[in-house]
Amino acid sequence: MDFLSPEEWQAVRLSLIVALRSVAVSLVPAIAIAWVLVRGRFPGRMLLDALVHLPLVVPPVVVGWGLLMLFGVRGPIGAPLQHWFGIRLVFSTDGAALATAVMSFPLIVRAVRLGLEHADLGLEQAARTLGAGRWDVFLTVTLPLMTPGILAGAVTAFAAGLGEFGAVITFASNIPGETQTLPLAIYAATQSPGGEGTAARLALVSFILAITGLLAAELIARRMNRLLGRG
Amino acid sequence: MLSVALQHAFPGGFALDLAFEAPSEGVTVLFGPSGCGKSTVLAAVAGLLRPDHGRVALDGAVLLDTAARIALPPEARRCATVFQDARLFPHMSVDSNLRYGLRRAPRGAAGPAFEEVVALLGIGHLLGRRPAGLSGGERQRVALGRALLARPRLLLMDEPLAALDSGRRAEVLPFLARLRDAARLPILYVTHALDEVDALADHLVLLREGRILAHGRPEDLTARTDLPLAARRDAGVLLPVCVLGHDPHGGITRLGFPGGELVTSLRPEAPGSVMRLRLRARDVAVATEEPRNISTRNILPVRLVAIAPAAEAREVFLHLAIGPTIILARVTQDSVERLGLAPGRDLWALIKAVTFDHAGLPEPRR
Repeated sequence: MDFLSPEEWQAVRLSLIVALRSVAVSLVPAIAIAWVLVRGRFPGRMLLDALVHLPLVVPPVVVGWGLLMLFGVRGPIGAPLQHWFGIRLVFSTDGAALATAVMSFPLIVRAVRLGLEHADLGLEQAARTLGAGRWDVFLTVTLPLMTPGILAGAVTAFAAGLGEFGAVITFASNIPGETQTLPLAIYAATQSPGGEGTAARLALVSFILAITGLLAAELIARRMNRLLGRG
Repeated sequence: MLSVALQHAFPGGFALDLAFEAPSEGVTVLFGPSGCGKSTVLAAVAGLLRPDHGRVALDGAVLLDTAARIALPPEARRCATVFQDARLFPHMSVDSNLRYGLRRAPRGAAGPAFEEVVALLGIGHLLGRRPAGLSGGERQRVALGRALLARPRLLLMDEPLAALDSGRRAEVLPFLARLRDAARLPILYVTHALDEVDALADHLVLLREGRILAHGRPEDLTARTDLPLAARRDAGVLLPVCVLGHDPHGGITRLGFPGGELVTSLRPEAPGSVMRLRLRARDVAVATEEPRNISTRNILPVRLVAIAPAAEAREVFLHLAIGPTIILARVTQDSVERLGLAPGRDLWALIKAVTFDHAGLPEPRR
């Protein structure tokens, strides 16, 4: 493939890795949070709801700054991580994945939540009277019925994660091969003389990836809903 | 023996306060208008609703006792429930739906085998299908099978026929009756349809506004004129009858009941079959002398034992004794005065029609 230079390929590959890791990290917490938001009845539910959706409305740079404060080498979480486990998140691929995960978290939660609202409480009650305990019901009835929402959320978050810019550059910086994902590489190219070709090619690649992701999410949702007999 | 005592206040001001006992075998029907709390009773027995106060015990096993802080979770109660909307799991085949409860039943729990239930409900051809592709009646039959296969100690049915049109109801009702006979376990059945009472009830609990009006054998309760049952257009006694014999030439079947006999147009049931028919009060007339030269076949000597007011001011119920059996006739006040009717008088009852809720009765055993 001569369309992209090795450096450009590196940015594409890194973007895919970062987006994939971000989804992997946030999927289980997102399912848990969505479940709590839909089924939970406790004070502070609205506050939690607002907190989860914060990355949608706060400038990404502010999210990146917040992560820097928390997970920086002197931050209240970053310092112990570094000291006890030798894990450094700032300026690393893992850090880029974390920043991306935080940014796309509300997207997954929203999709999973929609899926959960489809999962009929009445079916869970029926399952309980048939002898299934809470966890059994969750794994055999609720979770399968949420699957369309979970998959749609994961694919959307993956597609959006490929293009996360502000939080990544603030928290993880713009290091080629480490944290320079597609949008960061595009930004770097536009800042350097003679980078127009690189910028255009990478922009085309991100466009194709995003469209593919969205179409995949839609197709999966339709297919799953047909399987579940929802027309 | 199932014993239930519940007290529960809902935020809207509706309060449930009742206690009843149901025998260990057969169908106990909770009957009442919508909003009387009958579905709430089922939810509390199933463990899906925690009442303010209450105690539920089944054959000595305590499922709920708020005073002793005992409240078994639904899965430990083994009270499989059939809901109005079948609630089949849409992501599983019919086969997996049926086996859902079976897989979770305790080892050693007795009950009919998978193949037996499938044959009983006639759902063998549906096993590979998904619930979305089934008709309403088929779904409800699968739901019945799924509940029975969970090997429950008690079957709960929450208006299982209410969501079906009359054609589908007639399709499912016979399966319900078959299931009742095959299950050999107590069934608590909630409905507001009288034909389901006629077809299925061994024991009847009448509810109104969260309280029990009366409970007992349906034959006894339908003979009472002080209950809301008597205000219905189709009010009348339920009469257990036995097929005595057929006369195919004359096109009639003779039915015996304690104290007398009835004839009806030819029935398919074999002689010796036992069934239940409803004698509607408005289909019974009385005469002070034995009528002659009249087309009515069923003319029985009766004794008037009581005259009770009916819902409409100008009508009354006559309680008529035929041996040990009481039947009801609904006549106008005017007729009572014209004929000079008074308790103790011997009369002739003319029965113009008998209604069979045959659809709900099991097929005769061969």
